[in-house]
Amino acid sequence: MAGEIQNPIIRVRDITVQFGTTRVLDGLNLDVKRGEILGFVGPSGAGKSVLTRTIIGLVPKVAGSIEVFGVDLDSSSTSQRRNVERRWGVLFQQGALFSSLTVRQNIQFPMREYLRVSQRLMDEITMAKLTMVGLKPEVAERFPSELSGGMIKRVALARALSLDPDLVFLDEPTSGLDPIGAGDFDELVRTLQRTLGLTVFMVTHDLDSLYTACDRIAVLGNGKIIAAGSIADMQASQHPWLRQYFHGKRARAVMS
Amino acid sequence: MNSDPKLERIAKGNALALCATGTWTASFAPVLERMVADAEKLAGGPQSIFIDVSEVAKLDTFGAWLIERLRRSLTQGSVEAQIAGLSANYSSLVDEVRRVRATPVVETSTITITGMLEQIGRTVAGVGGTVAGLIDMLGAVLAAGMRVLIHPRSFRLTSTVHHMEQVCWRAVPIIVLITFLIGCIIAQQGIFHFRRFGADIFVVDMLGVLVLREIGVLLVAIMVAGRSGSAYTAELGSMKMREEIDALRTMGFDPIEVLVLPRMLALVLALPILAFLGAMAALYGGGLVAWLYGGVDPEAFLLRLRDAISIDHFIVGIVKAPVMAAVIGIVACVEGLAVQGSAESLGQHTTASVVKGIFFVIVMDGVFAIFFASIGM
Repeated sequence: MAGEIQNPIIRVRDITVQFGTTRVLDGLNLDVKRGEILGFVGPSGAGKSVLTRTIIGLVPKVAGSIEVFGVDLDSSSTSQRRNVERRWGVLFQQGALFSSLTVRQNIQFPMREYLRVSQRLMDEITMAKLTMVGLKPEVAERFPSELSGGMIKRVALARALSLDPDLVFLDEPTSGLDPIGAGDFDELVRTLQRTLGLTVFMVTHDLDSLYTACDRIAVLGNGKIIAAGSIADMQASQHPWLRQYFHGKRARAVMS
Repeated sequence: MNSDPKLERIAKGNALALCATGTWTASFAPVLERMVADAEKLAGGPQSIFIDVSEVAKLDTFGAWLIERLRRSLTQGSVEAQIAGLSANYSSLVDEVRRVRATPVVETSTITITGMLEQIGRTVAGVGGTVAGLIDMLGAVLAAGMRVLIHPRSFRLTSTVHHMEQVCWRAVPIIVLITFLIGCIIAQQGIFHFRRFGADIFVVDMLGVLVLREIGVLLVAIMVAGRSGSAYTAELGSMKMREEIDALRTMGFDPIEVLVLPRMLALVLALPILAFLGAMAALYGGGLVAWLYGGVDPEAFLLRLRDAISIDHFIVGIVKAPVMAAVIGIVACVEGLAVQGSAESLGQHTTASVVKGIFFVIVMDGVFAIFFASIGM
């Protein structure tokens, strides 16, 4: 990787993840800078979601270390770990909203657990979060099964943001959205990153998102980061997969 | 860097400045709310109000909203409260919060007597709907069955065999074990009490009649309702939740024919087999206890059993099995297809499936008892 980043928000060192005998991640290194939007790309099945899930602790790793906010997640105490978890938000690919709670209850769920806040303030903050993600207040009393795909993503983002985290993980936030909706979502992520000072770790397939939303891009291949840098660096790269990805028919259509 | 938040009041003639300092974040929310509520009482007093936030060390959505709430409640009539000293970092956050329209949340769920009465009324009225739903499903299954009879190629043999394995073959060990134990207990209790009259040998009569006519099939049906009825409901319910059933429909398949019919058929075939095995296991267990505990040796037991029971007892028991299986299957499938989008709904319908299944099995058993009594069997 080109150059050590000072004081990164996420520092991943020599991560190896194995399912049975298949090695998905093989000595992977990655740094995420404070306040940036990192786009994370790679071929389907390369292990993008696996890396995300490894960082947030859902997939066990064979070797390596992960530091988030300067805390080593392996050697940290339970309270330290909870503290870290309080400061990050996760948007899952399918939204993962609690199906038996309303939108309002979904967004208030983390607040209820972690904060001592009056019901009135929680309701008002819920409305604020809904406005921030571009939803109408009427949505608050609906159940997840009554929402469209795009609304589910927005509500899931509002829930991920409900504790005002410093870091959010977005797993394919624009997949399954129409191009206009996806564009709005990219715009939204950008705005939120500016207003809330977020660091965003975004797994994506969407070339538009890479061009419009991301500050930096990291590419996963063969279990390692094969390139990291700005979009211009990616276009200049000679790596065959990158050439195909950034100079293919779709890429040309996006750039023109 | 986290310091307690404060809100200081500095009066200058007719103007009032509220200086916010410290950390205005979610972790201080209770303190912040109290301070803001205190400051809100100033509304209507001074001519101009400034909320100075230049000394705020840290601000998040919670803090920004509370400042905005304060600004709104201090803005009355001609007096407009202003936020001053906003740093560039936080101005977009405050702007964002300013767009929020505070619509009060309507609380709908208040428990009242009338509400509870209404709930009871709706539930009672719902009973009719439940029965109608069951009859509807029975009709749909019979219609699908007729279609399959006319076009035997559309019969799903693989699926039926798969479900036979699930509900019949895999259920054999637990069914045999439990009925064996029940047989043992009946025999032990019978011997214990009959011995006082010197009527030990009549335990064989009791065991034979009870097991073949009633307990064997009823117990097995209840176990199957708990074991397979719940599985059917959960399977169909989660398929419904993930739109798999809609997908089948759009491809031109009838979910009743593809999903329900093989399951029903498997259950209707499985229950008589399980009931027979269960009855045998119970008789075996009873015989064993009669021999070891009651001193009735196997030869005497068999001789007595041959006298005590006739083929009628066995027929009465086994005839009930397929009917009970059909009831369990229909209840389970109706509940499965009624699942809505949430995990909670899946749980409710699975519970309802088992409870209703067992209830209807017992009702059916009562109806059969009256029927067989009146035809003298």
